[in-house]
Amino acid sequence: MNVAFFFEVLIGGLLSGVMYSLVALGFVLIYKASGVFNFAQGAMVFFAALTFVSLLERGVNFWVALAITLAAMVVLGIAIEKVVLRPLVNQPPITLFMATIGLTFVLEGLSQLMWGSQPHGLDLGIKDVPMEGLAQATGIFVSQFDLFAAGIAGVLVASLALFFQYTRVGRALRAVADDHQAAQAVGIPLKHIWAIVWAVAGFVALVAGLMWGARNGVQYSLTFIALKALPVLILGGFESVPGAILGGLIIGAAEKLAEVYLGPMVGGGIESWFAYVIALLFLLVRPQGLFGEKIIDRV
Amino acid sequence: MLYREAGQFKSTYAEDQQIFPIRQDRIAIAALLVAAFVVVPLIADQYWLSAILTPFLIFSLAALGLNILTGYAGQLSLGTAAFMAVGAFMAYNFVLRMPWLGVIPSFILAGLCAAAVGIVFGLPSLRIKGFYLAVATLACQFFVLWAIQRIGWFTNNSPSGVIAAQKVVILGFAFDTPVRKYLLTLGIVAAMALLAKNLMRSETGRAFMAVRDMDVAAEVIGIRMMHTKLLAFAISSFYCGVAGALYAYTYLGTVEPEAFTLDLSFRILFMVIIGGVGSILGSFMGAAFITLLPIFLSVLFGAISHATGMEPSHAVVSNLELIIFGGMIIFFLIVEPHGLARLWQIAKEKLRLWPFPH
Repeated sequence: MNVAFFFEVLIGGLLSGVMYSLVALGFVLIYKASGVFNFAQGAMVFFAALTFVSLLERGVNFWVALAITLAAMVVLGIAIEKVVLRPLVNQPPITLFMATIGLTFVLEGLSQLMWGSQPHGLDLGIKDVPMEGLAQATGIFVSQFDLFAAGIAGVLVASLALFFQYTRVGRALRAVADDHQAAQAVGIPLKHIWAIVWAVAGFVALVAGLMWGARNGVQYSLTFIALKALPVLILGGFESVPGAILGGLIIGAAEKLAEVYLGPMVGGGIESWFAYVIALLFLLVRPQGLFGEKIIDRV
Repeated sequence: MLYREAGQFKSTYAEDQQIFPIRQDRIAIAALLVAAFVVVPLIADQYWLSAILTPFLIFSLAALGLNILTGYAGQLSLGTAAFMAVGAFMAYNFVLRMPWLGVIPSFILAGLCAAAVGIVFGLPSLRIKGFYLAVATLACQFFVLWAIQRIGWFTNNSPSGVIAAQKVVILGFAFDTPVRKYLLTLGIVAAMALLAKNLMRSETGRAFMAVRDMDVAAEVIGIRMMHTKLLAFAISSFYCGVAGALYAYTYLGTVEPEAFTLDLSFRILFMVIIGGVGSILGSFMGAAFITLLPIFLSVLFGAISHATGMEPSHAVVSNLELIIFGGMIIFFLIVEPHGLARLWQIAKEKLRLWPFPH
C-alpha cells in the first residue's frame, strides 16, 4: 500500500468532510435553538447559491450580490419563523419536521421559478488544482480549493463561536438552546431569538452554497447535500457545533478511504450509503452521537 | 338525527368489542365496500381505474404500513420506499423462479422478505430514538436501493435494471385489464386494512401504543421492548412490501429501482401525517389527498391557462405546482396538525348532536 497515496486520500477526505460540516452547521444551529430538525437546510443552500449566482450573471458586483443574497436569506429566515414555525409551536417534533419538508418543496420551486432551472457555474477565483509546493515536497496532491474551503469553514466556526460566547445575542441564543422556558422567564424574547437563529442559519447556508456551488456548479442537485450532512449530524450529535465539525471530518475521511480501498471490492458506488452505515454503527455504541446531550429517560 | 347510537344496547361482550359498535357505521362501511367493489368498476373509466384509484389504494396500503410503525409504535422511519422496493423485486423473483408458487403466495413471501429487512434495520431502534432513528433508517433506504441496482440477481441481470412484472394469473384467472387489476388491489388492500384494524385493537396494538407513549414505562409494566419494537418494524415492512409488490404488478407494470427513491418515502410519510398519525382511516384519507392534489393542481392550471389564454411554460407550471404542494402541506399542518382523520372525528361528534346542540 502506497503511504503517500493513503495520506492523499485521507487529506482529501478530511477536506471534503469540512464541506459536509458547513452544511451540518446550519442544521445544528436551528436544532439547538428551537428543537426543529430543519430538512429545508439543503433547499436554503440551493436558494442562496442560485440567487447569488444569478445576480452575478446579471452583472451585479460581487460584494453587492453577496450583500443582497445575505439580506434575502435573513428575510427568508425571519419569514419562515413567522409564517411556518410560530403557528406550529408546541406541536410534536415530527410535525415540525414535515413542515420543513413542505418548506423544501416551496423553496425549490420558488428559487427555480425566480431564476430558472439551468445549471450555473460559479467562480470564486480559487482554482481546483493541487498545491504545487506541497506536491513537490511530499508527493501528496491536495486541492487548493479544498484548503480554501476548509479555511472558510474554520473562520465561520470561529466567528460563530465568538458570536455565541461574547455577544449579548449569542448569550441569549445559548440560553434558549439550554432551556426555552427558563430563557423566557429571565426575559429573553423567544420570537426574536428564533428569527435571529433562522437568519444565522440562512447565512451559514449562503456560505455553504457558495463553497458547494463553486465546487460542483449551482444546480438542482445542490439540494441533495442535505442528505450528505445528515450522517454527519447524527454522528456528531444534533446539538453540538464541534460535533458537526468532527463528524464531518470522520465521515469525509472514512467515506473517501472506503471508496478507494473498499469500493472496488463490492462494485463501487458505495458513497450513497456508506456514511449512513458508519454513523449507524457509531450510534449503536453512543446513541446520542459524539457530543450530543445524553438522553435520560424518566417515567 | 341520523347518526346516533341512542337505543343501541349491547348485551354481550362480543357486541361490546365489535369493530364498528354503532349501527350507522356498519351500514356506512358496508355501503362503502359495495360502492368500491361493485359501483366503481361499473362507472369508472380506464383512466380513473388505472391512473388514480389503483395507485391510491397501493399508497394507502403503504401509508397504513408506515402508520403502524410511526403512528402506533412511535418509531419514525424514512425507509418506506426501500421496503416497498424489497417487496416489488422479491415478488418478481419469486414469480420468476418459483412459478408453481402462485402470485398471492409470492406476494406474501415478498412481504415476509421485506419484514426480514425491516427487522434488520429496525435493530438500531433498540438503542436510538427520534430523529437519530429517522436518519438511521435512511441507511436502509440508500443501502437497499444500492444493493438492488448492483446485484444482478434481483433484476434477473437486466442490463438497464428495469424489470417487467409478469402477468398476474390466480387459479387460471388473468388479472390483465384495469378493472381486474383494480379489483385485485382492492381485495388485498381491504383484507389487509381489516387485519390491521383488528391487530391494532388487540394486545399487540396496545403494546405498540404503550411503547409509543412512553417506552420506559411500557417496559416497567412488562412489555418486551425488543420483541415489540421489532414486531412493529416487521409488520410495517410486511405491509410496505406487499404494497411495493402491488405497485409493480397492478400499477406500473415495469419497475426500475429508481422508482423507490427517498421522494417516495417522504410522500408516504406525508400521507401519514396529513391523514392522521395513528389512524387506519387516516392512512386512506392522506393517500387520497396526496394522490389527488397534484392531479387537481394540473387540472386547475389547465383550466386557468384555458380561461386566460396564457400558455405558461412547462417549467413554470411544475415549479408552481411544487410551491403549492409544499404550501398546502404546511397549511394543513398548521390548520389541523392531527390530520384529516381528526377532522372526521370532530365531524362525527358534531353529527351526533345535530340538529339539537344539547
